[in-house]
Amino acid sequence: MNNIELIFPEIFISLSIMFLLILGVFKKNGSIIVHNISLLVLLITAVITFNETIGVGQRILFNESIVIDYLSSFMKIITLIAAFVVLLISSSYLKTFKIFKIEYPILILSSVLGMMVMISSNDLIVFYMGLELQSLALYVLATFNRDQLQSSEAGLKYFVLSALSSGLLLYGCSLIYGFTGSTNFNLIASQFNTNEYALTFGIVFILVGLAFKISAVPFHMWAPDVYEGSPTSVTLFFTMVPKIAALTVFIRFLYVPFLNLIDQWQMILVFLSIASMLFGAIAAIGQKNLKRLIAYSSISHIGYALAGLATGSNDGIQSSVIYITIYIVMNLGFFSCLLMMKRNNVYYEKIEDLSGLSKNHPLLSLSLLVILFSLAGIPPLAGFFAKFYIFKSVIEQSMYFLAIVGLLSTVVAAFYYLRIIKIMYFDEEKESYDKDHSLWLKFSLSVSTLIILIYFIFPSQLIDAVSKINII
Amino acid sequence: MNFPILSSLILLPFIGALFLFFTRSSNDNKITVKYVALFTSLVTFFLSLYLWILFDQTISEFQFVEDRVWIKDLINYKVGVDGISILFIILTTFITPLCIISVNNSIKSRLNEFLIAILIMETFMIGVFCSLDLVVFYLFFEAGLIPMFLIIGIWGGSRRVYSAFKFFLFTLLGSVLMLVAIISIYWITGTTDVTQLYDLGIDVKYQNLLWLAFFSSFAVKTPMWPVHTWLPDAHVEAPTAGSVLLAAILLKMAGYGFIRFSLGLFPSASEVFTPLIYTLSVIAIIFTSLIALMQEDMKKLIAYSSVAHMGFVTLGIFTIQQQGIEGSIIQMISHGLVSAALFLCVGVVYDRMHSRLITTYGGIVTIIPKYAVLFMLFTLAALGLPGTSGFVGEFLILMAAFKDNFLVAVLASLGVIIGAAYMLWLYKRVIFGKLINTELKKMIDLNRSEAFTLTCLAIPTLYFGFYPEPLINTIEVSINDLINKYNYNVASK
Repeated sequence: MNNIELIFPEIFISLSIMFLLILGVFKKNGSIIVHNISLLVLLITAVITFNETIGVGQRILFNESIVIDYLSSFMKIITLIAAFVVLLISSSYLKTFKIFKIEYPILILSSVLGMMVMISSNDLIVFYMGLELQSLALYVLATFNRDQLQSSEAGLKYFVLSALSSGLLLYGCSLIYGFTGSTNFNLIASQFNTNEYALTFGIVFILVGLAFKISAVPFHMWAPDVYEGSPTSVTLFFTMVPKIAALTVFIRFLYVPFLNLIDQWQMILVFLSIASMLFGAIAAIGQKNLKRLIAYSSISHIGYALAGLATGSNDGIQSSVIYITIYIVMNLGFFSCLLMMKRNNVYYEKIEDLSGLSKNHPLLSLSLLVILFSLAGIPPLAGFFAKFYIFKSVIEQSMYFLAIVGLLSTVVAAFYYLRIIKIMYFDEEKESYDKDHSLWLKFSLSVSTLIILIYFIFPSQLIDAVSKINII
Repeated sequence: MNFPILSSLILLPFIGALFLFFTRSSNDNKITVKYVALFTSLVTFFLSLYLWILFDQTISEFQFVEDRVWIKDLINYKVGVDGISILFIILTTFITPLCIISVNNSIKSRLNEFLIAILIMETFMIGVFCSLDLVVFYLFFEAGLIPMFLIIGIWGGSRRVYSAFKFFLFTLLGSVLMLVAIISIYWITGTTDVTQLYDLGIDVKYQNLLWLAFFSSFAVKTPMWPVHTWLPDAHVEAPTAGSVLLAAILLKMAGYGFIRFSLGLFPSASEVFTPLIYTLSVIAIIFTSLIALMQEDMKKLIAYSSVAHMGFVTLGIFTIQQQGIEGSIIQMISHGLVSAALFLCVGVVYDRMHSRLITTYGGIVTIIPKYAVLFMLFTLAALGLPGTSGFVGEFLILMAAFKDNFLVAVLASLGVIIGAAYMLWLYKRVIFGKLINTELKKMIDLNRSEAFTLTCLAIPTLYFGFYPEPLINTIEVSINDLINKYNYNVASK
């Protein structure tokens, strides 16, 4: 077996999961140690991924079913870092709800493993395997706060709808297999006959399944309920990490085997993108719950990332990757704020709970202000650059309609972000929240805010990192 | 020139804001905080004066240019000034310290944050007038929304939320189309560097759409009729210092944008759309003057008069003649001084009586004579009395307009008359007449800082009214060059 070092990160993480399971079972009150080891595992995996796989060029392993290239390494590292931060800042939340258990970090590790498999997959079967592994872990995570009705409901809803979409996805896979005789991306590319309508159907079914996973309109219905019901730390995980993996599969699936069919799928992606941007922006206006609001906001942000993918160019892919990276930073900051809204062991998540926050918590509200303006895409914050790159690549392909609709929906979206700012800064103050947050929470908030603030000084670094992604 | 004077100008207020950010705000150090802000803005002002001294008036090229790679292969951080932009920079740095002096009584809470917002605003405004790259320009242009939104929203009046939202969303909506246009220009020509674009030119077939996209942004910001409705709201609700910044400088960004980008980059489209601008300008001048006539609220009246004055500015710019554009720039500078002063005047009486309604006042000439004199001066400057800076601008604009289009010029002149009517009527109702409201007797005349700020504004208003040469000398060569390029481009079409 050659090149085994290339999938060493996956091997390492799966061995660790098994080890942690055994450790958790045999050690009494082992949740803290399992938690800490998991953090370490994620960090080490990120380092291994960085060391072993960056710079090796494109390698295809195991009968061409796994691909290791710059895109996969980059996305894996983001996934790992995001999962690391989620785990880092969720402990105090979990402790408050008395659900600080060994299962939580292990489930996160398993879903991360699934995502890493998805990111590297070069074969429909491998991709499906990864997808199911991460989904199963996510179902359980959604219900993690078992005693709460909402959480169980969220998990069940997610499970039922996700199973449906997996079914559609499998059906699409089988159609593609039936008409090309292979499940391998490269083989499909060399064998399909563009005149087959059934193949297009297959693509559509798979796209539907994937769109469901990243909650693009019109397959977004589960997202607000699940995001609202799940424990906040899990919501944070949901809004970022699975989207990275699904987006990578989107890129690989569309651009490796089916680039020639771009006429067929470009329209679908443009539609998904426009619908998500507009719907996410408009539906968020009426929301009262911050988690629900961020669900719609994430729908709208995914719309922008899809706009980059719809271009059919390398620039577009790169801009999407930049977008999702910056989006993750903003989201981390936002949820760090959300996790700080705690008073006497109760977490507050209504928008009106932010009322007058700026008087009692000037720094917290300033950070949130920066994050929200960045989410709205106002320069000179990072969120503006994310959108700028997207629209740059969109306009390069002369897709003016998409660009103008996208930019107009930023104006609509600005409205609800401004509303939060208004409540924080213009309204009367309420009781102040606890101030003794964990160090890590403060750390993640300040780091993400700083990145957003000073991104404009060093914009080239991220572009350089992403510019090595070369799919076409 | 190795010292990056423009970047220092941009950064100085920001550094001051950082200082303030790290000072704990409390009631004891209010004065200190204010002095830090004042000191920063004064240093910026003197630096900008120094810039004016170093500035070579005889060449039309951009000076003090700094060009650094910012995003590799995409955007350069490029700043520079020419005769058109330098005056706006000085206006900005001149108005900001006066704003800071004027925040004495009106800002009760969070003084520290307020000053930070003002200083950051100054950074962005200087950036707008310096930037020689479209993306950098857009960045500064849009970034200014954040501090202004907060200034209106946190420290504003009773309907501040509505006004702040309206201001933000109107301006943002106008600007996003400009972003599309900027990116399109990048793909059409391969650069967003303004000086390169001047040389390259943009293909005529794209110009009209691009012009419209830029227009949508500038028209909202100017503001032109019919998208001016955010301005009265924003002005009325903003605190005095916010109104001053808004009227004196923010509105000028659009006028500057028209000259620099609409005329400079899209000459043939500018020619096509001149009738549109004429029509909108004339409507703005007459219509909003009439509206101003009927206002009960002093701030609102001045806000509408701003729209009318900006109507003259757009009219003058699109006459595309030396006198017209010179007149527009002088009109903008003058309006910057005069409207700032008028808002400060309203702020003075508002601080004492807490009312902006005209009917509250009347017959206060004997009670606060110093105020009455200065208010008179600025009223006359606003209506364009010869000997004040307002006259020079309006006169040059109308002269150019008469050469180009007789009807438009006549209608615009009509606007001047209505302008005189509402300003004088305002003055009469507030200052003269019978003293009915006995509360007014308790009013105190201008205190030292108020007298100082108003005098500071009065001196240049009068000086440039009698002797506009320094202004004209500064802008002349650059405008001449702009018009030559314009004529060349239109002729070669």
